[in-house]
Amino acid sequence: MKYEDFKDNETLEQMVAELNASGTNVVVGKLDDLINWGRANSLWPFCFGTSCCAIEFMCLGAARYDMARFGFEVARNSPRQADYIMVQGTIVHRMAPVLRRLYEQLAEPKYVIACGACAVSGGPFKNSYCVLPGVDKILPVDVYLPGCPPRPEAMFYALMQLQRKIKVEKFFGGANRKEKRREFFEQHPEMAGAI
Amino acid sequence: MTSIQETISRLCPTATYEEGEILLVTVPDAQWHAVALALRDKLHFDTLAALFGVDRKETMGCMYYLNNSETNEMVSVRVDCPDRDDALLHSVADVWHVANFQEREAYDFYGIRFINHPDMRRMFLRNDWVGYPLRKDYDANPELNPIRLTDEEHEDDTFSIVEAADGTLHRIDGKVFAPDDYVVNIGPQHPSTHGVMRYRTAIDGETIKKVDVVSGYIHRGIEKLCEGMTYPQTLFFTDRMDYMSAHQNRHALCMCIEKALGIEVPRRAQVIRVMMDELMRISSHLLSYGCTTMDMGATTAFFYGFREREEILKIFEKTCGARMSLHYNVIGGVAKDLHPDFVEDVKRFCAAMPKHLKEYHKLYTGNVIAVGRMKGIGVLTKEDAISYAVTGPSGRASGVHCDCRKAHPYSIYNELDFNEVVDDNASGDSFMRYYLRLKEIEESVKILEQLVDNIPEGDICAKVPKIIKLPAGHWYQQVEASRGTFGVYIESDGGKNPLRMHFQSPCFNLVGVMDTCCRNYLIADLITIGATLDFVIPDIDR
Repeated sequence: MKYEDFKDNETLEQMVAELNASGTNVVVGKLDDLINWGRANSLWPFCFGTSCCAIEFMCLGAARYDMARFGFEVARNSPRQADYIMVQGTIVHRMAPVLRRLYEQLAEPKYVIACGACAVSGGPFKNSYCVLPGVDKILPVDVYLPGCPPRPEAMFYALMQLQRKIKVEKFFGGANRKEKRREFFEQHPEMAGAI
Repeated sequence: MTSIQETISRLCPTATYEEGEILLVTVPDAQWHAVALALRDKLHFDTLAALFGVDRKETMGCMYYLNNSETNEMVSVRVDCPDRDDALLHSVADVWHVANFQEREAYDFYGIRFINHPDMRRMFLRNDWVGYPLRKDYDANPELNPIRLTDEEHEDDTFSIVEAADGTLHRIDGKVFAPDDYVVNIGPQHPSTHGVMRYRTAIDGETIKKVDVVSGYIHRGIEKLCEGMTYPQTLFFTDRMDYMSAHQNRHALCMCIEKALGIEVPRRAQVIRVMMDELMRISSHLLSYGCTTMDMGATTAFFYGFREREEILKIFEKTCGARMSLHYNVIGGVAKDLHPDFVEDVKRFCAAMPKHLKEYHKLYTGNVIAVGRMKGIGVLTKEDAISYAVTGPSGRASGVHCDCRKAHPYSIYNELDFNEVVDDNASGDSFMRYYLRLKEIEESVKILEQLVDNIPEGDICAKVPKIIKLPAGHWYQQVEASRGTFGVYIESDGGKNPLRMHFQSPCFNLVGVMDTCCRNYLIADLITIGATLDFVIPDIDR
């Protein structure tokens, strides 16, 4: 992939433009940069694999791909210790409340990657009677990663996009993560306060 | 065959018979339980290979496939419900233990309640689900079953329909656990349940008293989806059920459709299919080795297992173009010809594998912690393995000769020289299940070595009609997947779509023995027992 293509992301560019437009204090801005640099390079995943994508995620941890190079290797099994949840696999009706509860248990700031066709849109099982047509029906998603299952390289791409997103975030002042969650629950009033 | 008909006719004169590849016996429900007992005790049909409901619009009922574990003879039985709206059938859960879970599945999908079944709960769907989805008259309105974000209530409630001596039926409500049971919940999100499986475990101190398996956290309704698709479209689901047996599962479905259409698969395609199956089996056992060891804390061994697995994935990638969802078998043959490097790659892999296996054994098999945690733990007796229809390496560790490649040879397996790896002492413990998987890798390498120099030239795919319509009828095909016998049942009414497509997954039976295996062992052993049984959850839930 060419570097220009990797940087081509309208959402992130818009976020940067907004931040530049509103301006920021030098000290706070530099502190933001420092904190974001640290956070972006020590992203701890929460292992949440329901099907095939989880096996590819295991390959990511094994020797050939070795996600330790990027600081992702501390895969946690408890949501309380993780930074982001990577939803790997189909989410069905029975699983939906469980996933939602696990998301609530993640400590702020938290991120969601919808990994694989099933998590993005329901994938090949979209028409089924008990499959969620995309995990964004119950969670606010930060990065969508298509593929069935995505190759490990694609998973790296998604994780690096998440890193970029974290690097342009404003930690002091306007914690825009919370803004996004509020927006999401305004759009989906039936989901708010369910748990 | 005549002895089967005589025995059944004596008990049930109204039974009808239909000769075919597998004899089909149609029995009325009233005599079914007596016939089932006779089939097991007099004719030695001791394994219930498959049980599933079928909705034929006018009638609804169950199909049963039975296997004789000594002669490997098979017979199928069809039992129809007398009344479609108030569907009731007699349970055979006391005849074959495996029927317990299978009948709960039939209840979940079709609403067929089983008389004298001890625990009639839904298997895969939420217990507040409205309707029975595989019925042809199911109302798929999403308003009836919206996405619920509340927990399920009344999880502990169950009921059974009991028949009194005078033939009247009573509904008896009950609870799964006793009031003073101390129940610990494990899963569905737990790193060592190998997916989204949930166990409700009653413990006494650290000793397990009972394990209640709660399944369905990845139930995707594949069988219902298949009914709305054409036959070539249904193929791609097989790679996503047991993703560690993608080639074998797809092989089974392709063979079943080819059998129905009468297509002869070219020799080259058959050899390629078998080679891919065996590569897939090795890759699956390597993953199983890696995960089993990692569950017990040996992270290094995990890296070793995955190192060799990557070599197989590279071979797959060159030929099939993907690492996991391979989509390589098609109806009539295979999709693409082999990559020019294939032969050389496989030879290199086969030469290296025995050395790596030695390394694995050195790393882990003799380790004192490994032996302590696996030897004599989670024992599954031979009788239980047969009654619960446990197949694959787990069944063979209990001493059952259940390798489908030997018992019901398909494709070119009867021409190949390989051994069925069975533990004749029937130790059936976690260690043997773990050990036999590594042994099986040796046999698969042996098969690959025999074939790699003898791939014949020729077509890779037979001529197949553009629009595939199966004649009216039904077919059943089994293959040996990585974890056991995988069966495909297709029933067609002559159209482009199947009337019923059922996948009999080996893992569903494996999870059915969790309760039997874990009882009276420590709660820490539940993890090793689960890991060595080695089930894949999307294959259980489908």
